[in-house]
Amino acid sequence: MVTVFIPAQLKELTGGITSVEVEASNIRQVVERLEQLFPGIQQRLCDGDALRSGLQVSIDSVMTSRGLIAKVQPGNEIHFVPAFGGG
Amino acid sequence: MIKNNGNGEYRVLGTRPVRHDGADKVTGKAVYTADVQLPGMLRGFILRSPIAHGLIKSIDTSAAKATPGVHAVITSADMPDVGDKIADLGEGAVNLKYLSGNVLAQDKVLYKGHAVAAVAAVDIHVAEEAANKIIVEYEELPSVTWVLDAMQDDAPLLHDDLHTDSMGAKSENPSNICTHMHFEKGNIEDGFAQCDVVVEREFKTASVHQGYIEPHASVGDWNEDGRLRIWTATQGSFSARQQTAEILQIPIGDVVVTPCEIGGGFGGKIAVYLEPLVGMLSKVSGRPVKISMTRADVFEATGPTPGSYMKVKIGATNDGKLIAGEAWLAYDAGGYPGGMIGPGCMCVFSCYDIEHAVVDGYDVCLNKPNTQAYRAPGATQVAFATEQLVDEIAKQIGMCPLEIRQLNAAKEGTVRVDGPKYPPVGLVECLEALEESDHWKSSLDGPLRGRGIAAGFWFGCGLKSCATVTVNHDGTVNLLEGSTDIGGSRTSLAMQLAEVLGITSDDVNPMVGDTDSVGYTDVTGGSRVTFATGLAAYTAGRDLQTQMISRAAEEVWDCSPDEVTLENDGSFTHNGESKTFKELASQLFKHGEPLVARAAVSPENPTNGFGVHVADVEVDPETGKVTVLRYTTIQDAGKAVHPSYVEGQLQGGTVQGIGWALNEEYFYHDNDTVANASFLDYRMPTMLDLPMIDTIIVEAANPDHPYGVRGVGETPIVPPPAALANAIYNATGTRMEQLPMSPPVLWKQLQSESAEA
Repeated sequence: MVTVFIPAQLKELTGGITSVEVEASNIRQVVERLEQLFPGIQQRLCDGDALRSGLQVSIDSVMTSRGLIAKVQPGNEIHFVPAFGGG
Repeated sequence: MIKNNGNGEYRVLGTRPVRHDGADKVTGKAVYTADVQLPGMLRGFILRSPIAHGLIKSIDTSAAKATPGVHAVITSADMPDVGDKIADLGEGAVNLKYLSGNVLAQDKVLYKGHAVAAVAAVDIHVAEEAANKIIVEYEELPSVTWVLDAMQDDAPLLHDDLHTDSMGAKSENPSNICTHMHFEKGNIEDGFAQCDVVVEREFKTASVHQGYIEPHASVGDWNEDGRLRIWTATQGSFSARQQTAEILQIPIGDVVVTPCEIGGGFGGKIAVYLEPLVGMLSKVSGRPVKISMTRADVFEATGPTPGSYMKVKIGATNDGKLIAGEAWLAYDAGGYPGGMIGPGCMCVFSCYDIEHAVVDGYDVCLNKPNTQAYRAPGATQVAFATEQLVDEIAKQIGMCPLEIRQLNAAKEGTVRVDGPKYPPVGLVECLEALEESDHWKSSLDGPLRGRGIAAGFWFGCGLKSCATVTVNHDGTVNLLEGSTDIGGSRTSLAMQLAEVLGITSDDVNPMVGDTDSVGYTDVTGGSRVTFATGLAAYTAGRDLQTQMISRAAEEVWDCSPDEVTLENDGSFTHNGESKTFKELASQLFKHGEPLVARAAVSPENPTNGFGVHVADVEVDPETGKVTVLRYTTIQDAGKAVHPSYVEGQLQGGTVQGIGWALNEEYFYHDNDTVANASFLDYRMPTMLDLPMIDTIIVEAANPDHPYGVRGVGETPIVPPPAALANAIYNATGTRMEQLPMSPPVLWKQLQSESAEA
């Protein structure tokens, strides 16, 4: 199981739930499990077959550039956060 | 001064060799884009909007085209329709419709200076004359340049089809608000209920420009075979290649971008402005075309970084523990969506371990040039607010401003407001360095003098980098990499490779390749190059050593590779016989294939750069002028590869932050056109305005880099406005809530508070 933290702006879809545990081996499966639990959340996180532009995933506080194909392991903590670059 | 936490003894790292590009730059041989000359090259001129907002009813280019010496005239009608498509540019994503529209206005102009048409002619004078013959009929529209006004329902709407995005949900009605972000941590009501003291203020900051000394310039040559070659001043050749290809709708492999030497960027030379135009003008004319911006063009049509409105509230207990924080932020996006509100939200409480927080952020279109990154984009604004409130809390509870920061400093395990936790970071070490510094221990005497401190943070990103290493006959090596060198990175990368291989920095010849000759490399931005491309150089060095061990075993010592030892100094040993890198490389060259190594990396963790600044000021109550008496910048570099470059970054960023704090701002006429588009009227600090910026480099190793390197380029711009505001408060008792804290602004506030008193 991995722990997925629900972005505050999506709590309206989860009835206020802020985190859930799901079985998944990659971020794509994480999103699919979330969609099963909270219909409508997938289209808020993804655009077609990719993460929505401007979003990135943090796995145990490590930002991954691999998007939906990033692998996860039991015990991981997943956040969806804004992408950032710099100047 | 360098404070090292013991993350290793090095032969090359930490020394100060002469930079590889130094001779070319001091002798004037370095080739900047404006220096590029091609046979038959034309010069381009851009016709720009004279109004802040309007519909383009018609454009008549006939007189311009008929002008002798003119070879091409283009408008948006000549540009491909890019559609409503999002392109991932590595450091961020962008809607091509907006990117293309900013390069050449389509149906509307959205700010004064917006490009409307471009002309290529035999010289710049003919091009300008012809451009001025172009007749553009505008229907002028009401304009808006203050972010809160632009958010109103009845504000002039810049884009009829823009709906506010709230993490994938779109507003029903069109709006200038492009994006709304919202973050929560803990329980904000419970948090504030626990507080003994709560402070809340509203702040606003002006638009400021990156102010790089080299104006934008590009040369384009559309070849007969359909390939487009671009020479340009860019922070990212691969990003420029992709943006150009996407806007012109040509295959990315048909574009090659050569990054010339660059006279500063600071985030403002990532988006393309000229590259697609010189490409299209070259295609139409059949000749190479160069366009160089004037300084007025740079101010009116590029950058700036967002102006902002912020309302921030922080609560604490009487013993100084910060418990709750709430922030409402609105940032300029400029004419098109895509501002810096995300990192603004993520940085507003980034220096502190605050259990309960709520942050709302809004990215807002208005009639200013499209905003761009500027060193730690979005972070300086929020630090101006948060760091003053932290000082105000300390004042109210009678605690030292350093002590309250030490008590609440972010550290390993601290949860950011957006969720992730920090790995090992160096803010605590920076605060310790401040406490031990001569500056902090010194007294500051005299009337109307004050000292202020502030902390700052920038993530520092990884992204993609490549490096190739080739070995010469004599054991010297060539390092080919793709990071545009803005701050001396050729040398900082060469030093990391030299450290691996056991040779000197001078034994490495670093070169920044064009997009055809080196592997994909993301932009020089995000404080990433010495970290990420340095990791590529390091990894390529390790690849080279692995090859050499195998070759030495087979060709030199006739043994198993396991019987060859790589020593810490980079030499190779077997059965008591030792060969330096250069000795073995020379020997292997004679016997077999040339040695070539390569690396492609994509480090994923931010490098988390923290800094703390201390400023002493004196305020002249007669004029409102602030004199900076003494300034010290302290920052965690992880490992300072070339301390002089780190010091330069710290000093340069600090000076830009001081300019942002005390003088710099865009002034607007009543019709929302820029009034000060020149360095004469846009007041940047000079050496006559500043004391020596002292630096203290802290080295708390980054666990995600073999040498502990962190990015350093951006954080130094974050604390100065807040540190100076706190110093001004301690000098005068006046709390400043707007940037810049320029003489007229401060004078008026001093007069106002004096009258009230």
